[in-house]
Amino acid sequence: MHTTDYLIAGSSHAALEAINAIRMHDGEGSITVVTRDPHRPYSPTVLPYVVSGRSTPERVFLRDDDFFTANKVDYRSGCALAAIDPAAHQARLADGSTIGYRKLLLATGASPIVPPIPGIDRVDYHVLRTLDDATRLRAAMAASKSAVVLGAGLVGMHAAENLVKAGASVTIVEMSKQLTSGYFDEVAAGMIEQAFLGNGAKIRTGHRVVGLEPSADGATLHLDNGDTIPADLLLVAVGVRPELGYLDGSGIATERGILVDDTMRTSAEDVWSAGDCAQARGFFTGTPVMNAILPDATVQGRIAGMAMADDPGLKPYPGGVPLNTYHFFGRHAISVGSAAVPEGGRAQVRFDTASGRYLRAVFDRDERLTGIFGVNEFFDAGVMAQLIVRRTELGPLRERFFAQPLATGRELMSKLWR
Amino acid sequence: MGQAYSTIAFDPAKCDGCGQCMTACSSVKFDSADTTRSLIQIVRSGGDSDAPRLPGEFELALCRQCADPKCVTVCPAGALGKNGTNGVIDWDASKCVDCLLCTIGCTYAGIALDEHTGRVSKCDTCDGKPACVPACPTGALRHITTARIYNDVGSWEDLFAPGLAGCQGCNTELLMRHALRRVGPDTVLATPPGCVPGMGSVGFNGTTGTKVPVFHPLLTNTASMLAGVKRQYERVGRKVTAMAIAGDGGASDVGFQSLSGAAERGERILFMVVDNEGYMNTGMQRSSCTPYGAWTSTTPIGAHGRGKTQDAKNLPMIMVNHRCAYVATASTAYMEDLYDKLDKALAASEEGFAYLHVYSPCTTGWRFQSALNIEVARKAVESNFVTLWEYTPENGLHFTRPVDKPLPVADYLKAMGRFRHLSPDQVEHIQKKVAENLRFVKRIAEQPDEL
Repeated sequence: MHTTDYLIAGSSHAALEAINAIRMHDGEGSITVVTRDPHRPYSPTVLPYVVSGRSTPERVFLRDDDFFTANKVDYRSGCALAAIDPAAHQARLADGSTIGYRKLLLATGASPIVPPIPGIDRVDYHVLRTLDDATRLRAAMAASKSAVVLGAGLVGMHAAENLVKAGASVTIVEMSKQLTSGYFDEVAAGMIEQAFLGNGAKIRTGHRVVGLEPSADGATLHLDNGDTIPADLLLVAVGVRPELGYLDGSGIATERGILVDDTMRTSAEDVWSAGDCAQARGFFTGTPVMNAILPDATVQGRIAGMAMADDPGLKPYPGGVPLNTYHFFGRHAISVGSAAVPEGGRAQVRFDTASGRYLRAVFDRDERLTGIFGVNEFFDAGVMAQLIVRRTELGPLRERFFAQPLATGRELMSKLWR
Repeated sequence: MGQAYSTIAFDPAKCDGCGQCMTACSSVKFDSADTTRSLIQIVRSGGDSDAPRLPGEFELALCRQCADPKCVTVCPAGALGKNGTNGVIDWDASKCVDCLLCTIGCTYAGIALDEHTGRVSKCDTCDGKPACVPACPTGALRHITTARIYNDVGSWEDLFAPGLAGCQGCNTELLMRHALRRVGPDTVLATPPGCVPGMGSVGFNGTTGTKVPVFHPLLTNTASMLAGVKRQYERVGRKVTAMAIAGDGGASDVGFQSLSGAAERGERILFMVVDNEGYMNTGMQRSSCTPYGAWTSTTPIGAHGRGKTQDAKNLPMIMVNHRCAYVATASTAYMEDLYDKLDKALAASEEGFAYLHVYSPCTTGWRFQSALNIEVARKAVESNFVTLWEYTPENGLHFTRPVDKPLPVADYLKAMGRFRHLSPDQVEHIQKKVAENLRFVKRIAEQPDEL
């Protein structure tokens, strides 16, 4: 049986950060990485750009073989985790082999949700989570005349824009009343919607797909109001969730993801989890939330790695803060923090229709920033996130901050760091 | 061993917000007069206004070229990476997909959107010659290139024992290790009584504290013993560097006779003095290098005593009058300068007497916090309390770190406890002495060749 000091399941941002953190403190302990994916490490976030042709499959890799050699990492791709036995400190892989570990990190990410729509098993559809998905979607996109994107999250919207630009007639179907809900507010979503409509996309928000059936070109969708939409290309992008079948029988506590404490430790001894499969404390709620975003995966991966290596420099997780950036038709949108107005707090909004600049900022009762959202209004999202996480009281600076978030944020940040 | 890199340093106390750095950056990088494109951004505290610009009101947004860069970790496209050679965070425009996630990762506003291109932009330090730095008229921006020294030194053998018994915050360990690494293993070292053997150069329990032969002469005979050792090696045809690391007491007081004699004879030795302005190892007694007004255990503060009543002897100037092959003063606050002088002293010691006088603040004896040693050393130079210069018989004396706008000496005196009791008259005396000393050294420096 192969044994290793550190076994890491998964190969994207959380796993890579954990490797860095472990090697910062433990230069020698053996590290084995097992990953379901057949490729070298890459980011799911880059995939829409592979679809658009902005990037290419051979240029997306985040590490080369030299990295694994230099860091003494045994990297095993195409090697999925099948089951774990925390008491015995053993993991079983899909090929039936077993690996013994001293410490285990579960950074297995998430997979696309396939909604249980009647008929979905009889039609051909795409998802976009792996590099192979991206390659397949890119190939299909070239021939598509009428495409349907199911789900208006960032993955779906990215792909829809690519399809529009490739010349297809595109319909976006979204169950909730607005696009990009959960990322951007109504006004920002309205701007995004206008941009898509202006470029010829059709948008069906507030509708569910109740049935799917094969057609000569591909599939026919039946909406809840009786409308039908033909599709020669169907992309299902309604969200992701972790696949945790390998935890069956392990006794490790889960809700929507793997429950972890502020050092990313699971309910089992010597098992940690980070990234899109982990359910860690939310900064605003204080309760475990799914915050499946890239920046949080790196933070969690770092913490998990430090905890696994017993690095005394470990600082507990501050809690997950939503952070997103989004480019659409040459415009950009940035969202940091929570859109909800806390009790006793306030939201401030300004919208300049001429320039298309939109800004919404949310403050709590102590004049501390809790969220900031902009379209075509650039501010340093990393600085904003720090102001939120450090609970910086803006006091009399709030008005000026709202008028000039870029300059005021930089002023505050420069002083905070000194 | 990890690599150290050059860096751009910002001193907010000196920045008056003139914006020349931004003008230079926009012009060099984008051929544009639009300073919003500058990769270094200076922002005014309290927002833009027409009020007069005052130093201390300005803040900085600039890529820190982090050792542990968050922008790199959150880039999904592998477009950002730390360049192992020059330390710069490289941005690969061909791989970047313009997702702006790096701006979420960076907490310094060091990588931001350039609205003209719709892409991110960041400082690349202009290939090691940042255009912003020479454009800064106030000295608020400096390009710190000292890293080169540490990279070189890191690859040389450390010839002192690991772990030396110095006081917390003492810079003498830095001096000892750096100097001996530079001078190298073919060295015989003399360390007369003082802090250097106290810290462990002579070793413990029958083993030496160095990997080179070291001996512990009397305070009085360091230079003469070392001269004899050197001559014996020369006689048997072996090339070694004969080096002394002595304190100011061992050089300027009891050891002065042998020092002066060896310098006069032109003995081929390298004599380094660590001047902490007193007999600090034995309980902080005054020496002839202790400055006027300073508290020491033998110049106490009480009903009558107000610290030392005499001025310090200027030992390096006395050494200049021996016409040594090389004489220089140095400070650990200016390591490039110190290294330059160490190189020259080492070379000169093959031909004659080389004397290097290093001003070395003492956390314990001078009464300041252990973290502030280098800061105190820097203030001594910035106030002209000490001056950095070098002398050779061929080229005379010249300043290596002239100070254009010296700090009031009170700024230096306030940095430590040994001057806490000073009356305004005493401070005035010291300020006058600073001017007098400077005038004196300048006169020597100004001597024209054809007198």
